[in-house]
Amino acid sequence: MFARTLDGEIIILSIILGMSIRHALLALLSEGPKYGLQLRQEFESRTGEVWPLNVGQVYTTLQRLERDGLVESEDAGGAGPQNVFTITPTGSDELKKWLRMPPDVVPPPRDELVIKVLVAMRVPGVDLPELLQAHRRHLVQVMQEYTRLKSEITEGEVEVSLVVDSELFRIEAIVRWLDTTDARLKRLPARTASGAPTSAPRVGRSIAGVRR
Amino acid sequence: MSTAVELRHVSKVYGSGPTEVHALREVDLSVRSGELVAVMGPSGSGKSTLLTIAGTLEEPTSGDVFIAGQQLARLSRHDRARLRRRSIGYVFQNYNLLAGLTAVENVALPLELDGVKAKVARAAAMEVLAKLDLAERAARYPDELSGGESQRVAIARAVVGERRLLLADEPTGALDSLSGETVMRMLRLASNDGVAGVVVTHDAQMASWADRVVFLRDGRMVDQTVPGSGPDSLLTPGANA
Ligand SMILES: Nc1ncnc2c1ncn2[C@@H]1O[C@H](COP(=O)(O)OP(=O)(O)OP(=O)(O)O)[C@@H](O)[C@H]1O
Ligand SMILES: [Mg+2]
Repeated sequence: MFARTLDGEIIILSIILGMSIRHALLALLSEGPKYGLQLRQEFESRTGEVWPLNVGQVYTTLQRLERDGLVESEDAGGAGPQNVFTITPTGSDELKKWLRMPPDVVPPPRDELVIKVLVAMRVPGVDLPELLQAHRRHLVQVMQEYTRLKSEITEGEVEVSLVVDSELFRIEAIVRWLDTTDARLKRLPARTASGAPTSAPRVGRSIAGVRR
Repeated sequence: MSTAVELRHVSKVYGSGPTEVHALREVDLSVRSGELVAVMGPSGSGKSTLLTIAGTLEEPTSGDVFIAGQQLARLSRHDRARLRRRSIGYVFQNYNLLAGLTAVENVALPLELDGVKAKVARAAAMEVLAKLDLAERAARYPDELSGGESQRVAIARAVVGERRLLLADEPTGALDSLSGETVMRMLRLASNDGVAGVVVTHDAQMASWADRVVFLRDGRMVDQTVPGSGPDSLLTPGANA
């Protein structure tokens, strides 16, 4: 998620890793025309030493962008270090379109924690509140770590604050799910000794639903 | 670091017979000066009860409470009242500022009640307000302040003077995330100055500003986070590569 460079700057790996090289290059070129070598260096400095990028990938991607009319270069077709690249109006449009494209909010096909809790409901002898609390403690400890990072962030690093906030809200949502689960289960009539629900088929269906 | 407040085997029972409620059961908790502790737990788990007992506003049914090393049960009523006035600050969800007084008058009030001269109390109040970035709001009345500002004034009132223990019950409950964060930053600031803080909250983000988070359930302290045990991997190069 985060890494500190040697001079202490916090860089955000998640953004760089989560973004295609294609859109990353268009974003770099939206600041103005750049040499191929410059693009490669900026890419590397923004990812730090942490993510060794295959140099060839930058040039191959530039070639494809040029072929698709999203960038232009002085020396058409030569995606070398000394060639100057400029973003085209089509490239700008593509970048803007990508910025506005709704993120994928459909949940991932499986949520590990939901599955664990549903399974735990059927495993005899599991103390569910204690299990939920163990997960809650772990998540809150991770949040404390992120909040400590947030309290160290300087005003110039607003990007880091935004990413930390996003992580905190995401984990907070999981904690709230644990709290709600805890309260819901507490309200249920007592279960049978084995801990198995009396209406097994319903739980079976919901597990299948989660698996998708 | 000295212990600011300690609860030893504290239990609290409300009512009796069939209607009795065990609000707290055998709770042990100690908070050091400079430490900020958050208390989380479901509704009815005893969080507010814990806070009022730690703040000497209520007495435990059994167990002992120590404030700055003094056993409460051994103090006279008079000494207890003075301890409460001088050493403990309270912050509640609904701010509890007096409507007829300005911000600075609200903050100075606890000192004046304790016999400090008006001028001296006012100067101390201004100093705390300035520290909490509220100097420009000093002359305003509570109805001229936003919720976030009101809560910061309430924190100023809770730490003015030589208060060593700050108790807050859902202080961010009525605020949006960023105002809540500002309030938590102020509580952190106070604890960095050596004040011991206990904050009740159901909001994990707010709780994550604390050094330690304790969890209550059915009146029992069932768990707590271990300081500094979170995964350092957040900042380990290559952790996600
Ligand atoms: N003065 C009182 N008389 C009788 N019962 C009380 C009194 N105060 C609290 N209780 C009971 O003690 C238990 C704990 O209450 P408490 O207010 O400490 O919970 P809480 O964790 O603060 O809940 P919430 O999150 O809803 O504020 C509850 O069952 C409550 O009904
Ligand atoms: Mg309460």
